[in-house]
Amino acid sequence: MSASENPFESKRNWTKLCEKLGVGSFGIATYFILFCAALIFGQIAYKGLPTFFKSEAPYVNTEFFTSNPEILRVWHDAEGNKFSMPDKKFDVWRRDNPDAVILDPHALNYSAGGIAGPLIGTALLVLFCMIIALSIGISAAIYLSEYCGKGRIMSMIRLSILNLAGVPSIVFALFGWGIFCHAAPAIVDHVDERSLFAFSIGSNYLSFQGWGTSLLAGSCTLAIMVLPVIITACEESLRAVPKGFREASFALGSSQWQTIRKAVLPYALPGILTATVLGITRVAGETAPIMLTATSTDKTDMPMQALQNEGVWAFFTQSVQALPFHIYTLAKLPDDPLSKPMQNGATFAFLLLVMGFAFVSILLRNRVRKKLKW
Amino acid sequence: MHDMSKKITALSKTTKNREASTIIEVDDIGFSYDLGKTETLKGISMEIPKNQVTALIGPSGCGKSTLLRCLNRMNDLIDTAKITRGAIRILGQDIHAAEVDAIELRKQVGMVFQKYNPFPKSIYDNVAYGLRIQGVKKKSILDEAVERSLRNAALWDEAKDRLKDSALGLSGGQQQRLCIARTIAVRPKVILMDEPCSALDPIATAKVEELMLELRKDFTIVIVTHSMQQASRISDRTAFFYLGELVEYASTSHIFTSPSVKQTEDYISGRFG
Repeated sequence: MSASENPFESKRNWTKLCEKLGVGSFGIATYFILFCAALIFGQIAYKGLPTFFKSEAPYVNTEFFTSNPEILRVWHDAEGNKFSMPDKKFDVWRRDNPDAVILDPHALNYSAGGIAGPLIGTALLVLFCMIIALSIGISAAIYLSEYCGKGRIMSMIRLSILNLAGVPSIVFALFGWGIFCHAAPAIVDHVDERSLFAFSIGSNYLSFQGWGTSLLAGSCTLAIMVLPVIITACEESLRAVPKGFREASFALGSSQWQTIRKAVLPYALPGILTATVLGITRVAGETAPIMLTATSTDKTDMPMQALQNEGVWAFFTQSVQALPFHIYTLAKLPDDPLSKPMQNGATFAFLLLVMGFAFVSILLRNRVRKKLKW
Repeated sequence: MHDMSKKITALSKTTKNREASTIIEVDDIGFSYDLGKTETLKGISMEIPKNQVTALIGPSGCGKSTLLRCLNRMNDLIDTAKITRGAIRILGQDIHAAEVDAIELRKQVGMVFQKYNPFPKSIYDNVAYGLRIQGVKKKSILDEAVERSLRNAALWDEAKDRLKDSALGLSGGQQQRLCIARTIAVRPKVILMDEPCSALDPIATAKVEELMLELRKDFTIVIVTHSMQQASRISDRTAFFYLGELVEYASTSHIFTSPSVKQTEDYISGRFG
C-alpha cells in the first residue's frame, strides 16, 4: 500500500468533473424555467391585481367581474382637469350636467366596464366542448382499448388519431368554420339562402345551412380539436387497469360491457380526469378556433339573455364573447394608459380561470385516486 | 403448521376412494394460440369426476393452464386463440357449440387466479359482485349469499366485522380466500384454480388447501399447481402434462407411488422440470 492509508480516498478526475458540470447545468436549466414562469406569472399578477381591487369599499372591483366591456369616454374641462367615464355613466352625467365644458373628447374602446361576457362565454365554450369531447372520446377510447382487435386498420386509426393531435389549431378552426358554421344541419322555419340543401319535415325544414358563428359551432370545433388528446389519454388509462380485474369479472359471468362498466371504467377514472385536465387547459386557451367559429366583437348582451328570451336553440346558436379573443382585441387597442387596467386585468383573470379549471380537476382526480388504490 | 398438514392429509383420505360420476369430458382437444400454426394442446382426452379435486401438474409451458382456461372459455378473450380439434363437454354439453353462451358457461364454471385479484372495493361488494352482475338487487338475498360464501371460504370470522372495509386491507391469503368466496357466491358447479397458492406463504397455503378439501363436497375442483406436494396432499386424481400432451392421468396415489410412465416418475421425483 502507498503512502495513503485510506483505500477509498477520493481522486480528482474527469469523471467527477463531468458529473459536477452535468448536475450543475441540469439544475440551472430547471431553475431557469422556474424563474421564467415566476417572471411571467409575477408580472401578470402584479399588473393585473390592481384592476381587481379599488380604493373604496367594498374594495373588490365587482364591476370588473359583473359587467360587459364598455367604451371609456375621456375629455378635459376648461381648467385642464382630466375626466374619464364609462359610456353609460357618461350619458347619465351628461343629462345632469348639460352645461359642463367638454374639450377634446375621445372614446377608448373596451377600456371600461368588465369582462363578465367574455368570462361566461369562455366558461360555456369549455363546458360544452368538454361534454362533447368526453362523451365521444371516452366511447372511442373504450372501443379502441376493449373491443376492437389489433389489426392493421386499427393501428392505422390509432396512428391517425395521434397525428391529429399535432395538427395546428388554425386548421381545426377552418374545418369547424366550414362544417359547423356553414354546413351542419339545423331544423329551421325558413331555409336560409346559404343552405347547401334542405328538405321539409312537417312544417319545418331540415336545412344544411350551418349554425353560424355560434356557441355550438365553437364548442364542437374545440371538441374536435381536443379529441385526439382525450382519446389517447383515456385509452392509456383504460389499458393501465390491471388485467386481473377484467379476468375476475369475466370469470364471474359478466358480459364485456358489464366488465367494462363495473371492473374497468371506475379504475380508469383518475386517468380520464387527468385527460380532462389536459383537455381543458388546452381548450380554454385556444384563440384561433373560436375567433372563426364562435365569437363576434359586436356581441354585447349576456349569453343567458338569449336562453330567457328565445329558448334553448337560440342560446346555442348565438355568438359569444370569449376571454382569449377579448384579450387579443384588447392587445390591439391604441396605446393609452387608460386602457391598461382592462388589458392587465383581463389577462390575469384569464390566467386564474385556466388555473382554476385545472386545479378543480386535479382536486377531483386526487379524491378519486385516494378512493381507488390497488 | 404441522398439525394443519396432518389435518389436510386426514381430510383428503376420508373421501379419496369414492366413486364419482364424470362432470367434465375432454375429448381429443387441440388448442392453438396462433390460429392453428402451432398447437399448444395436442389432443388431450380426460374425464374429470364430479365432487373431486383434480390436479394438473407439469413443467411450465406444458399446457396445463391452457387446458384450464379452455374449460371456462377464458381463452375466448385472446383474439388469435383457436380450438383446432376435439370437444369439451361439461354436464354433457359441448361448450364450444354455437348455442352455448360463454357468459352462462362461466357462471357455472368459476375461476380463481394465480395472483389474487380482488376488486378495490369493499369485502362485501367483492363477494356480491357476481350476483349483482346477474341482476340480484335485494339486500336480504345479497346479505345471505355474502355470509354463506364467506363462511364457505372460511373467511367469515375474520371478515364479518369489516365487510365495508376495502378488500385490499386483507392479507394475501385472506385476499385469495376472498376471491374463492367471490367465485362460490354465484354457486358454480366447477371451480377452476390456476396456481391459487403460488403467491401465498405456507400458512396461507395450508388454509386454502384445507378450504379446497371442504369445498369438494359441493363443487368440482380442477387445480393447476407447480407444487407436487400440494397435488399429492389435496387431489383425488392427478394429470401430468408434458409439451402439450397428457402423459399420464390416474388417481393421485397411483401417480405418486407407482407411476406407469417413466417421464412422470422423473418429473415427480424432481429429475427434470
